[in-house]
Amino acid sequence: MAQHQVNYLKDGGLPVALTTIDKVVNWGRSNSIWALTYGLACCGIEMMASGASRYDFDRFGTIFRASPRQAELMVVAGTLTKKHAEFIRRLYDQMTEPKWVISMGSCANTGGMFNTYATVQGVDRVIPVDLYLPGCAPRPETLQYGVLLLQQKIRKESASRAQKPKRLM
Amino acid sequence: MRAYTPKDDVQKKPYYTDRYWVAPQVAKSDVSEDAVFAADLEAIKAKFDVLDAYIQVGQMVVVINAVDNFGVIELMKNELSYNQLSEMSAIDWLATEGKFEIFYQMLSMSKRKRIRVKCKIGEKESIQSVEKLFRSADWSEREMYDMFGVVVNNHPFMKRILMPDDWEGFPLRKTYPLQGDEFAQWYEVDKIFGKEAREIIGPENRDPARVDRYDTERFARLGHEVPRGADISQGEPDTPLVYQEEGGVFLIEKFDAEKSVVISDRDR
Repeated sequence: MAQHQVNYLKDGGLPVALTTIDKVVNWGRSNSIWALTYGLACCGIEMMASGASRYDFDRFGTIFRASPRQAELMVVAGTLTKKHAEFIRRLYDQMTEPKWVISMGSCANTGGMFNTYATVQGVDRVIPVDLYLPGCAPRPETLQYGVLLLQQKIRKESASRAQKPKRLM
Repeated sequence: MRAYTPKDDVQKKPYYTDRYWVAPQVAKSDVSEDAVFAADLEAIKAKFDVLDAYIQVGQMVVVINAVDNFGVIELMKNELSYNQLSEMSAIDWLATEGKFEIFYQMLSMSKRKRIRVKCKIGEKESIQSVEKLFRSADWSEREMYDMFGVVVNNHPFMKRILMPDDWEGFPLRKTYPLQGDEFAQWYEVDKIFGKEAREIIGPENRDPARVDRYDTERFARLGHEVPRGADISQGEPDTPLVYQEEGGVFLIEKFDAEKSVVISDRDR
């Protein structure tokens, strides 16, 4: 007779967890949001600080990637100029589904203080945005909180269906 | 929203003019006061026409004809040892004189002196490049073309440096509106989605002080608060809230005022 018999029916005895596909897939997705390095201006410095050791995005599974093919989150950190608008759209189109966008800081949200001919008045004129972070520039805590909010949003979404089309503002 | 005022004649209609304001003038002194500058000016005068010359803040300003610009700067570089072109650009005087002023700021390391060479050209005229003498003029002249539309002859690579290549208009001209002409305002929409997307995306919100009429309820402006429940529609139909996700956001739907019981009597 085995000395270490496992009572499978007892609590904690069964090495199996029961859940739904949605929850498992979204659990994986939300904890491995790889972000595209997209520092356009001074918000990019805060974004780098969020990724560095003091704030440490790696512990949320958010790792900055330098390729749109490997990224599912685009943190638009900084002023988007009109000259650059077509490239942000091209990079967004190159990202694989599912994909999300965080608009970080006043400039990316609305054009901010750059009410001029050369600045796109809000990045949502070009790409759909999931989350707007206020601030000039937002502190790393704000971006951290934003990523955690995005994780919550991802967990609420259905994993099996294709992403719903988002409307341009 | 504020009424739109055309901004294409900004130079003729300044925003505010003080009746008693006198434009400050930097004191000019004669070139003969400085022996080094006087000798330099004589050397320039021997070969080229000099329209005006004076000393301002310890620097000599020499006004020449626009056709002589390459010759004068070549002379200053090779014979007068002004071996650095620290800055050059243009100034828009189209509204008052119909001309651009082009200036070259020169520095002599050995003499420890600075000279500013100025010349004026008309709007449709072009100027000779000095890129062969100073490499720093390469990008400066491209920027001058980009921002003012001053065409530079014999430049090795005459194209825009800051604005996109397909940009229309020259942004640093004083007639150019700060918030862009129609081309600039729709540039990214036209380029990425095409002109037919203009109606879908809509015009830019260029008014930083815009107050939505619903903001009196959601975010009250100080001094403009209304009592709770007051009608702020001003006769306009109610604009429904819309979300990026089709079908709405789950939580907001769940707490929709129409589908849920709203307790209006707080003391109940």
